[in-house]
Amino acid sequence: MSAESSGNSDPSESERWYDDAAGPVVRPYAMTRGRTSHGADTKIDLIALVIAERAPGDGDPLDDHTLSPEHLDIIERCQYQAISVAELAADLDLPVGVVRVLVGDLVEGAHVRLHKPVPPAELPDVSILREVINGLRAL
Amino acid sequence: MAVARTELRPELSAKEPVALKLLVAGGFGAGKTTLVGAVSEIRPLRTEESLSEAGRPVDSTVGVEGKRTTTVAMDFGRITLRENLVLYLFGTPGQDRFWFLWDELAQGALGAVVLADTRRLADCFAAVDYFEQRGIPFAVAVNCFEGAELHDPQHVREALDIDSGVPVVLCDARERDSAKNVLISVVEHAAKVAAGRRTV
Repeated sequence: MSAESSGNSDPSESERWYDDAAGPVVRPYAMTRGRTSHGADTKIDLIALVIAERAPGDGDPLDDHTLSPEHLDIIERCQYQAISVAELAADLDLPVGVVRVLVGDLVEGAHVRLHKPVPPAELPDVSILREVINGLRAL
Repeated sequence: MAVARTELRPELSAKEPVALKLLVAGGFGAGKTTLVGAVSEIRPLRTEESLSEAGRPVDSTVGVEGKRTTTVAMDFGRITLRENLVLYLFGTPGQDRFWFLWDELAQGALGAVVLADTRRLADCFAAVDYFEQRGIPFAVAVNCFEGAELHDPQHVREALDIDSGVPVVLCDARERDSAKNVLISVVEHAAKVAAGRRTV
């Protein structure tokens, strides 16, 4: 499965994007070099947590010249605490699809790792639900 | 709850980050945005979807190039319950044509709130059907709009023809405490459902 080739096969195709409400002047998928999905096996969950592999200052991601400013923004945001894919998208004001591709790149480059959410079949863990209920009450 | 004690999984200790999601559904104008905003820091979340991709299996990794895409914004809220325990709220897009987004949102969801406006009760039928069919625990929250006649939750339950176990609560989506109570009733219901599944 090559996301690279599928995304770049026809550049004119990627420009066919009609929705006026979409907003930004730069086509969002320009940041992903036209790729709309990543080669990774499955779609990254919206609430999968992204965690930087290295502590701040330990090996500089700037040395990796394949990384875009958006890649670096993601690394920066997940250095101190795990952050969900949805949150990254909202923080960076990027569509979720774009963030998925960028996070996929970073996982491949071993810059970040993913903490997948508890699988639906194991949900809900009762002790955690207790905590959630108590936490909500205390809000 | 005592039964479930044996189910404690050590790998989900306090150190492991846990992220959970609740969905907030309901018809257009039922108060989804208001409810999410009342209990959490709310932000819009943009997703881009290909309308033609709707029927494909979820594990498809084929790109959407050359197909018409659409941008959909939904409400997204975060509640930090403690370090490494976060509850995310997702307001489902109101228009029916974005139903396929629900599938992605619903996957792994802890539960859902169906907001009902008694003046337009039929607007939430789709949401009720959806969660019933997929076995996602949900609670119906009747948003008490000013000027709307107050309804007995029991009448709403009958009108929606929902299971007697499903909580039906009255709320004011603008009030933080009221919105909190709605979320608590969903999570309590989800816990009950889970306990039931385990003892079966």
